[in-house]
Amino acid sequence: MFQSFLIKYAEIGIKGKNRFLFEDALVRHIVRTLKKVDGTFRVTKEMGRIFVFTEGDFDYDGTIDALKTVFGIAGICPVMILEDQGYDALAAAVENYMKTMYPEEKKTFKVAARRANKKYPLDSMELNMELGGVILDACPNLTVDVHNPDIYLTVEVRDKIYLYSEIIPGPGGMPVGTNGSAMLLLSGGIDSPVAGYMISKRGVSIDAVYFHAPPYTSERAKQKVVDLAKEIAVYTGPIRLHVVNFTDIQLAIYEKCPHEELTIIMRRYMMKIAQYFAEKTGALGLITGESIGQVASQTMHSLYCTDAACTIPVFRPLIGMDKQEIVDISEKIGTYETSILPFEDCCTIFVAKHPVTKPVLKTIERSERKLDDVIDELMKTALETTEVIRVEG
Amino acid sequence: MEAYLDNSATTCCYPEVRDIVIKTMMEDYGNPSSMHLKGVEAERYLKQSAAAIARTMRVQEKDIYFTSGGTESNNWALMGTALANRRSGRHIVTSSIEHPAVSAPLEALEEQGFTVTRLGVQRDGSISLAELEAAITEETILVSIMYVNNEIGTVQPISEIGQLIKKKNPRTLFHVDAIQAYGKYRIYPKSMKIDLLSASGHKIHGPKGVGFLYIGEKVKIHPMILGGGQQKGMRSGTDNVPGAAGLGLAAELMYKNLDAYIEHMKALRHQLSAGLSGIENVIIHGQDEEESAPYILNASFMGIRSEVLLHTLEDRGIYVSAGSACSSHKRAGSPTLTAIGCSKAEMESAVRFSFSESTTEEEIEYTLQVLKEVIPALRKYTRR
Repeated sequence: MFQSFLIKYAEIGIKGKNRFLFEDALVRHIVRTLKKVDGTFRVTKEMGRIFVFTEGDFDYDGTIDALKTVFGIAGICPVMILEDQGYDALAAAVENYMKTMYPEEKKTFKVAARRANKKYPLDSMELNMELGGVILDACPNLTVDVHNPDIYLTVEVRDKIYLYSEIIPGPGGMPVGTNGSAMLLLSGGIDSPVAGYMISKRGVSIDAVYFHAPPYTSERAKQKVVDLAKEIAVYTGPIRLHVVNFTDIQLAIYEKCPHEELTIIMRRYMMKIAQYFAEKTGALGLITGESIGQVASQTMHSLYCTDAACTIPVFRPLIGMDKQEIVDISEKIGTYETSILPFEDCCTIFVAKHPVTKPVLKTIERSERKLDDVIDELMKTALETTEVIRVEG
Repeated sequence: MEAYLDNSATTCCYPEVRDIVIKTMMEDYGNPSSMHLKGVEAERYLKQSAAAIARTMRVQEKDIYFTSGGTESNNWALMGTALANRRSGRHIVTSSIEHPAVSAPLEALEEQGFTVTRLGVQRDGSISLAELEAAITEETILVSIMYVNNEIGTVQPISEIGQLIKKKNPRTLFHVDAIQAYGKYRIYPKSMKIDLLSASGHKIHGPKGVGFLYIGEKVKIHPMILGGGQQKGMRSGTDNVPGAAGLGLAAELMYKNLDAYIEHMKALRHQLSAGLSGIENVIIHGQDEEESAPYILNASFMGIRSEVLLHTLEDRGIYVSAGSACSSHKRAGSPTLTAIGCSKAEMESAVRFSFSESTTEEEIEYTLQVLKEVIPALRKYTRR
């Protein structure tokens, strides 16, 4: 019954003179996202509102699901649009609408009419009362509650008449690309895709770095990360995934540095490499999925050491979250199933039995000096041989 | 150079098989259930294929039923006979090294009130006949034992097992999972006292998605897939003509060259095991050379995790499997290797090499060369 959707957005409304930039970006993302849905769509920006119009048969559920992935959308209202054929026709349409949408359950409602077309014979107050009466007569399961109704039926009288009562929550946030870009350190785990999602939700576009360690990690492990990137690209838009061959650096660390410091030192080099690609692509920060204390390399001491490895800001949106909270989000955004596929990633291969949990930066730096004769060359090779894969959701 | 040494996972299709598959999809594409000429033509392929398979086992054409592959054949054999014979008894005997396509349906039957005895195996993977004899009771309706183990290539004494079962309880049915053996061993169900036998197409250069179940004449079994009544109502579903035609032809070709094939496999396995004995700390699992299936060799390269070795070899164009391809999706240790008493270290470093007729001596030589080259480097970076 619905052929159109009114898109509600929250924070864009308060962006002052930049508002049009945010709105235009939102329209662009909606258009891009709906390309994947079966149907013909037209997205318009009018009177400070965004509408999605459809023509003919289209995939209704697919449309809703797609819109739910567009950051910046606070709510999606399926709208019924009527030609103005007089009040009686409107009353019949409202009755039909309410009967179809709310056939049985006991609920309270309120009619909120808005008469933009001042030539319409009934004014807003009159419409509220008259249409409320029509609904009460037609639907014995519905009663009026003007203060806290279950159903808030909006009737907008413009050149056409717009009826809507449902708001499907969108993901919130701000349109991607309105807030610069950042480089995500993407592993095959549960956390990093969630971290990318959360930063991107604030309007940041995302590129990613993955550390591949053949033959210790397999083609499948790499494919898993590509798949994860695809899954977050549904929200973030296209991602350039940098696949860095990290094996030789890892082996050098393994050979020359104390084993309990392996993971910290490895992570420090990962940050350095990620910073290189961030600067190269114009990204203004790094994103990691770290959460305080989750593993040895994420204690406060360890974070202090990894943080010191790079000079650009590192954003850690999961820093204060418990594992279960992160899992909940990953299930919600659809990355969980892929994340738990059992392939080794490069972090789990060379772990020491008892890694340091309270590393001291000076000590770590001293250990790293043992790599002095080889590391520049190894880093250079790793950077030069990095494969860039463009991933789309 | 490329060396595909994972033929127990799947094989490359014979060109002749490819041709007949294409022909039955593009020219003789009729539905055997149709009344008209196109249907009759297509049905001819099914009959020819069943007849060809029957000939290889000296059984009747009508006892061959096409399925979607080895897993379906095993499921049907176990679930179908358990259901049909549950009034005679609820006890089933099997080994502890069966493929999951046998062990999982048996677990499901256990949940439905059947009792399953799992025979232990010796270090070489073979079951003990005395133990089997002791396990069979009046209540035993079915014994299911695999012919060749998919992971380590152990061959069970199927003929002796068949005789023993019938001596102990003539009413007990004998199912053989021959997915790794059919096409590579001469298997005669009647003289070996096999009542049901499962086989698969793609392990013998046939198409994937097709297999068969041989069901002896007097066996009581229920159909598991109901519908349009194809295959005498025992296995409904539009007949997979391309698959069946391809499977029949592949079986024919395998058996035509059987003696030469076996000689070739023995030579390759010997070459590989002799070469491996020149590398330190390699343990070959399963039976001795004379007894083992000659086309499977499973070895632990101590101190190197199997996945790492697999990917290293892959990089050089050598394809092997870590444990069993079917089970490498799971983290848990291989049930076969556990059952034969492998240590955790042995299990974590086990790699399976499996050959087919297209495997060459040069490929084995190349593989040995690469192994000798990469193993010392890999051992240097063992997890400490």
